[in-house]
Amino acid sequence: MPEKTRDELVRIDYTPPRRDWSDPAIDFEARKGTWSYPAAAKNLRYLGFPNPRDWSPTDEDWQLPENWQQVIHDGLAERLTKYRSLKLFLDVCVRCGACADKCHFYLGSGDPKNMPVLRAELLRSVYRNDFTTAGKILGRVAGARKLTPAVLKEWFYYFYQCTECRRCSVFCPYGIDTAEITMLARELLNLVGLNINWVMEPVANCDRTGNHLGIQPHTFKDNIEFLVDELEETTGVRVNPSINRKGAEVLFIVPSADFFAEPGIYTFMGYLLLLHSLGLDYTLSAYASEGGNFGLFTSHDTIKRLNYKIYHEAKRLGVKWILGGECGHMWRVMHQYMDTMNGPADFLEAPVSPFTGTAFTNAASTKMVHICEFTADLIKHGKLNLDPTRNDHLRVTFHDSCNPARAMGILEEPRYVLRSVVNNFFEMPENTIREQTFCCGGGAGLGNDENMEMRLRGGLPRANAVRFVHEKHAVNRLACICAIDRATLSTLMEYWVPEVDVSGVHELVGNALVLEGEKPRTTDLRGKPLAARKGDADA
Amino acid sequence: MRVVWSLLLVGALALVGFFGAQAGGQALFGIVLPYLAMAVFLVGIAVRVVGWARSPVPFRITTTCGQERSLAWIKASPLDNPSTGLGAAARVLLEVLTFRSLFRNNRSELRDGGRFTVSADKWLWAAALAFHYSFLVVFLRHYRFFAEPVPAVVAWIQGLDGFFQVGLPVVYVTDIVLVVALGYLLWRRLADPRLRYISLPADYFPLALLLGIALSGVLLRYVSKADVVAVKELAIGLVSLHPTVPQGIDPLVFAHIFLVSVLLTYFPFSKLVHMAGVFLSPTRNLANDNRMRRHINPWNPPIVGHTYAEWEHEFHDKLVASGIPLDEE
Ligand code: HEM
Ligand code: SF4
Ligand code: SF4
Repeated sequence: MPEKTRDELVRIDYTPPRRDWSDPAIDFEARKGTWSYPAAAKNLRYLGFPNPRDWSPTDEDWQLPENWQQVIHDGLAERLTKYRSLKLFLDVCVRCGACADKCHFYLGSGDPKNMPVLRAELLRSVYRNDFTTAGKILGRVAGARKLTPAVLKEWFYYFYQCTECRRCSVFCPYGIDTAEITMLARELLNLVGLNINWVMEPVANCDRTGNHLGIQPHTFKDNIEFLVDELEETTGVRVNPSINRKGAEVLFIVPSADFFAEPGIYTFMGYLLLLHSLGLDYTLSAYASEGGNFGLFTSHDTIKRLNYKIYHEAKRLGVKWILGGECGHMWRVMHQYMDTMNGPADFLEAPVSPFTGTAFTNAASTKMVHICEFTADLIKHGKLNLDPTRNDHLRVTFHDSCNPARAMGILEEPRYVLRSVVNNFFEMPENTIREQTFCCGGGAGLGNDENMEMRLRGGLPRANAVRFVHEKHAVNRLACICAIDRATLSTLMEYWVPEVDVSGVHELVGNALVLEGEKPRTTDLRGKPLAARKGDADA
Repeated sequence: MRVVWSLLLVGALALVGFFGAQAGGQALFGIVLPYLAMAVFLVGIAVRVVGWARSPVPFRITTTCGQERSLAWIKASPLDNPSTGLGAAARVLLEVLTFRSLFRNNRSELRDGGRFTVSADKWLWAAALAFHYSFLVVFLRHYRFFAEPVPAVVAWIQGLDGFFQVGLPVVYVTDIVLVVALGYLLWRRLADPRLRYISLPADYFPLALLLGIALSGVLLRYVSKADVVAVKELAIGLVSLHPTVPQGIDPLVFAHIFLVSVLLTYFPFSKLVHMAGVFLSPTRNLANDNRMRRHINPWNPPIVGHTYAEWEHEFHDKLVASGIPLDEE
């Protein structure tokens, strides 16, 4: 937790400085708590990334390669020919300012360079200088800047202060997606060895062991067995998930946080109960034991490198289709990149639910179904025996995670599932949900401890909306379908709205799901006592 | 300061046109520069659009602003989250015609006690729409100078625009709207400290230039009441490629035409290219059918990740010890 109190953090000054924004000067020492530690050299070495070294942003000399300006210039030139989006977004912004107060980091910090328009302008000014006629002739008058070390330091600071949430792009009249600009700017930073450890360590781990946390196969199995034991204690039912089993019908991919850390493990328990009660023929994989993909926060090549395992493993195991758990950035990759990068998945079959016969035509090519789509379909067809009163001790609201909302549009499925498994469901205010949802403030690799002040600031608009429903409806549970959220929102709630806990949607499914042969439940999956029920007193 | 420089620059340009023509530069300001400007505009825009089009769209990255099409019984948003090309086309069209994303605009403010309030904010949208549409109408009305006889549509627009029949000559509604909207857009850049902070000279200059064009036009029509017959002769000469400069043209006309020439020349090198760019924006003009249809990346790099075989090799003993099946089994 940061040294600042809640009252100090909400005293936000939105008055822009007098100094023109084009003269950068960032005092990293004074801004501790708002930036992330650089990547450890060992991770870059393992991955074969350029310029591994030990350094700190507070150093005067960042030990850049000699020709760093040229490297970045060439890198930008290359990306301009590869991405129409980049070129267009750099050209067409009119600085109307519609995006300005849409970014949670601007709202929470008042720092004008957190306005999406200025974040993009940091790169755009250099683009003008190097690549446009007007910029070459008119220089500063045309808004062009040379790429100096100070500008580069500013890039590092602000492009690792964007969670790639894409809220700004909803409001921009040209659909300018600042997240895309951030992604490509991070690619450029990576070329000269400017990256953060909270991204590169998971990437290195994932490449080697199969998951971000670096869990090796035997520990993976132990963890799952531990959760199976816990479940047996709560429900009296012993579920039996398999690992790396060839010939299963379905490969089930989840974010690794779901089998490793609270509160994700309760969501994982929910999955296990659901799939067990159905008798789905599925397997987990210790090799493809990560649905998440921190390549998304590194470079497009890294996305592809890590995502490679998913289809590779599906093919090896000979499954028919893939089911994916609750995770935001994982689904951004599965939905928008996987098929293009590592497809075609012509060795798989178009997914069909074995229980309802529903063909998931929306996943006909990628062959990967979101578990909320899967479960919503089951509930609609009456295939689940649900007792929502087992969630009566909870008053639930739903946080739309950025990627499922703004990169897929999976809005109603989780709501339908929630309304079927809980009796007390309340929406947060309209401008803070669905496509306008506010970020948790800790995505895109920024959810680390050293960046805590910025996370709490960035998460303030979200926390505010939660506090609103907490005060109005006594909400005490914040449900979401994202593994990063489950971690970062927990911290956020602890600080801003400590009365509210965070969970996945399938944890609540697990609570409500009535299993064959189960013992009477006295607690939820967390071991918390259920609300007293009418029938109980009589018995 | 930036705004002052922009206004001064536009004023100076107008004077250049005004006095330049009087000093014998009529053919230069009436014929040569307009032709050059038009050429720069057309070639410049073409180069811009071709430049964008030559960079591929490697991934299908849409911004979804509504429910996806998934299960049959869940109502999808065909416009905000189109799953077909037709839906995406409609989305872009509405974006162009109604500035739909801008219509979403709202304002978040921090109140005492650290609470945010969000309220609708349609002023930018309204002013933007008012400016663009009145500009379009004014632009179309100018056809009366370039065509003989005046096309029926143009006459009709003109009649509609002068509907209120006030003043002599009749005052066009769009003239007023255009100037007021431009004035508002300029004012908001100055009044809002946040906007002032992000505004570049390249943001003030186009507004000042458009304002200069609009005001010189207004002066011509309502104050100096320029000789329309002579202007029409000049205009028709230009479009028929038989340019002549007739006698008796008000020097203000040359100032007006010179400012338009500057706008045309400036256009392809500035943010004004948003006119063409808005059609090409990948987040808006693609369908969110990613999982239904495979999108092809023409430069998809041949990257292979850590393979299963390599992984099994490294963890072989641990796999065996914990009873996880190997590939052979
Ligand atoms: C397809 C045609 C066009 C579309 C869809 C379009 C759309 C927009 C939108 C949505 C904005 C942002 C709102 C605003 O700042 O006012 C804008 C700004 C602007 N447009 Fe356009 N535009 C088009 C053509 C043009 C043309 C032909 C011109 C001028 C010759 C123009 C001049 C401007 C200017 C100067 C601004 C900035 C206003 C400011 O600084 O506040 N636009 N346009
Ligand atoms: S909303 Fe779009 S056009 Fe307007 S300032 Fe932001 S990025 Fe630029
Ligand atoms: S993507 Fe999100 S974090 Fe990044 S600039 Fe836009 S609103 Fe801010």
